[in-house]
Amino acid sequence: MSLIFTLARRNLFHDRLRFIATLVGIVFSMVLVTIQMGLYLGFGRMVTTMIDHADADLWIMPAGTKCFEDPSVLDEQKRFRALSVKGVTDAVPVVIGFAQWKIPAGGTTPVFIIGSNIKSGGLPPWNLVEGSLDALAIPGAVAVDRSYLDRLGISGLGASAEIRDQRVEVRALTRGIRSFTTTPYVFAPLDRARSYIGMAANKTTYILVRIAPDANAETVRSRLKADISDIEVLTSAEFRNRSRSFWLFGTGAGAALFAGALLGVIVGTVIVAQTLYASTKDHLNEFATLRAIGSSGKYIHKVIIWQAVLSAVIGFCIAAGVGLLIVTKTAETALPIVMTPQLTLGLFALTIAMCVLSALGAIAKVMRIDPAMVFTR
Amino acid sequence: MTQPVIEAVGVVKFLGSGAGQVAALKGVSLALAGGELTVLMGPSGSGKTTLLSILGCILAPTRGIVRVRGNSTQGLGPEDLAKVRREHVGFIFQSYHLFPTLTAAENIRLVLDVRGVCSKQAITSAREALAIVGLAHKERSFPIEMSGGEQQRIAIARAIAGNASAILADEPTAALDSENGHAIMSILAAIAKDPGRAVLVVAHDPRILPFADRVVRIEDGLIVGEEQKSAGGYAKSEVELAFHGRSKKA
Repeated sequence: MSLIFTLARRNLFHDRLRFIATLVGIVFSMVLVTIQMGLYLGFGRMVTTMIDHADADLWIMPAGTKCFEDPSVLDEQKRFRALSVKGVTDAVPVVIGFAQWKIPAGGTTPVFIIGSNIKSGGLPPWNLVEGSLDALAIPGAVAVDRSYLDRLGISGLGASAEIRDQRVEVRALTRGIRSFTTTPYVFAPLDRARSYIGMAANKTTYILVRIAPDANAETVRSRLKADISDIEVLTSAEFRNRSRSFWLFGTGAGAALFAGALLGVIVGTVIVAQTLYASTKDHLNEFATLRAIGSSGKYIHKVIIWQAVLSAVIGFCIAAGVGLLIVTKTAETALPIVMTPQLTLGLFALTIAMCVLSALGAIAKVMRIDPAMVFTR
Repeated sequence: MTQPVIEAVGVVKFLGSGAGQVAALKGVSLALAGGELTVLMGPSGSGKTTLLSILGCILAPTRGIVRVRGNSTQGLGPEDLAKVRREHVGFIFQSYHLFPTLTAAENIRLVLDVRGVCSKQAITSAREALAIVGLAHKERSFPIEMSGGEQQRIAIARAIAGNASAILADEPTAALDSENGHAIMSILAAIAKDPGRAVLVVAHDPRILPFADRVVRIEDGLIVGEEQKSAGGYAKSEVELAFHGRSKKA
C-alpha cells in the first residue's frame, strides 16, 4: 500500500486537538444537514400521507386544487359521469374539511375530518391498533389516532365527544396517522363526515377513480376531462407532487429547510478548510521535503485529499450515528425526521465533496511551496 | 573520459529582486563524476548551498546550463525538475528533514513511494538501506526516538535507497558531534566508492577533508580552488593555482 494514506492518516492524528476540531465541524455540519433534509423528507411524506394511502389510480378534483387539504367541492353527480367513462371500474367520493371537536371536559379543538365509504374503500383509516373498520358503521362512530387522545380530551376506545353538536364515539384507534398541521385527523363514514363539516349531501371533495387493469391511465384521464367540466384529473403521483410543492415551496417551508442545510454545508466547509489549511501549514516543511526528494505535485495533493477524505469518513460515521439517534427519537413525534438509504448516501457524498472542497485552500498553499526552503530550515 | 553524473556549466544565479538582488553564483562550472566524493567548501554566504540546490535541480540557474546524466535541464518546469530529482538525486539535509510521523523504514520507503515503486519492493530496499547505514534494528523507530547521528544515518539511507546517481549532502555533519560526524562521513565515503554514484558534500568543517576525493573551494559565488586527492595527497588544480597566483600578485 502506498505511503500516501499512511502519511495522511498520521498527519491527521498527529495533532489530535486539531483533528477533533475538524470532526466537530464535520459532525455539526452534517447533523444540521441531516436534520434539515430529514425534516424535508418527513414533511414531504406527511403532506402526502393521505394520497399515499388512498386507493386510487386517478383523482378527480375541483380545478385549481392546490393540495389534499384544499377544501374545494365538487358536485357528486360528476361521480356518475365518471363511472360511465370507458375504462373506469369504480369512482368513490372522499370528503375532507375542518370541524370543531367539543372536548368532554370543556372547550373545543379543531379537527380535520376525512370521510369515505368504509365498505367501498377510498380513504379509510389504516394502521388500526384498537377497534375495527366495521365498527365505524355504528352511528356516531369515528376513528382517531391514539397520539391525539390527550389533545381530543378523551381516554381511548369507547370515549365520546361532540362534533357540530353531534355525539361521536371513538370506535377505532390508529397509530402514526399524524398531521403536519397538528390538527388531529378524524375518520368517519361519508355521510356523517359531510354533516360534521357542513357539506351538502350531493357534494364531495374528491372522486377517487379506479381503472380497469388493461386500461391506459392517460387515455382514461383524457376521456374524463373531455366528459366532465370544471375538474382536474391527476394521477396519485401528480397529486403527491402538487401537494408537496404547495406545502414545501408555496409556503417557503422547503426553502427554509434547504437554507438551513446550505448553512450547515457552508459552516462545515469553512471549519474543515480552516483546520486542513492550518494542518498543512504545520507540515509545510515536510511537504517541502517531499517536493525536494522529487515528489510530484499530484502525490502531495493526494496526501492532502486523503486527509480530507479520512476526516470526512470519520466525521460522517459520527454524524450518521447522531442522526440515527435523532431519527429514532423523533419517529413518534408530530414531525418525524426521516432518514432514507438514498439520503444517507447523498449525505456521505456531500461530506466527501465538502471536505475535498475544503482541501483546495491547503492544496493552493502547497502548490506555492519552494522546495529550496529545506535548506533554510 | 566518462560522462559526469551532474554538471554545471557557467552557472549564474541571482537571488532576490530589485534593490535586494544578489548574485549568489557568478559563473560556476563544476562536474561531479561517479565514484568520487567531492567536498564543496567555503565560508557562509559563498554560494555553496545555492550551487548544491542548482546541481540538485531544486533551483534553476539564472544563466548557464545544468546537465544531469548528459541531459540539459534548461527550460524544464517544476514537475519535470521534480522528476529529474526523483530519478537521479538523493538529498541529505543538515537538519535531516525526516518525517516525524513516519518510522525509520517508512521515511526511507517514502523516496521509493514517490517513484511509484511497489510497497513490497520498497520495504525490501528500505531494509537494505537501513542495513547499509547500520540501523537495521531501528526499522520501527520514529525520528524522535533516535539520536541526531542516527537520524542523519536514516537520512543517508533515504538518499541512497532510490539508487540515486548523485547524493548531495548539505552540511551533513554540522549538527553532530565529531564521533557521529566521522561515522556519517565514513558512510558517505563508502557510498562514493560506487562508480555509478557521485557524492557532493557541502561543508565548512575541515575535519571532513580526509574523506574527500576532491575538494572544491567556493568564495563569493566563484570557484576559487580545486584539489584532487592522489597517492601523495591533494594536487592543486589550475583554478586554484591561478587563484593563488592572483593572490600573490595582489
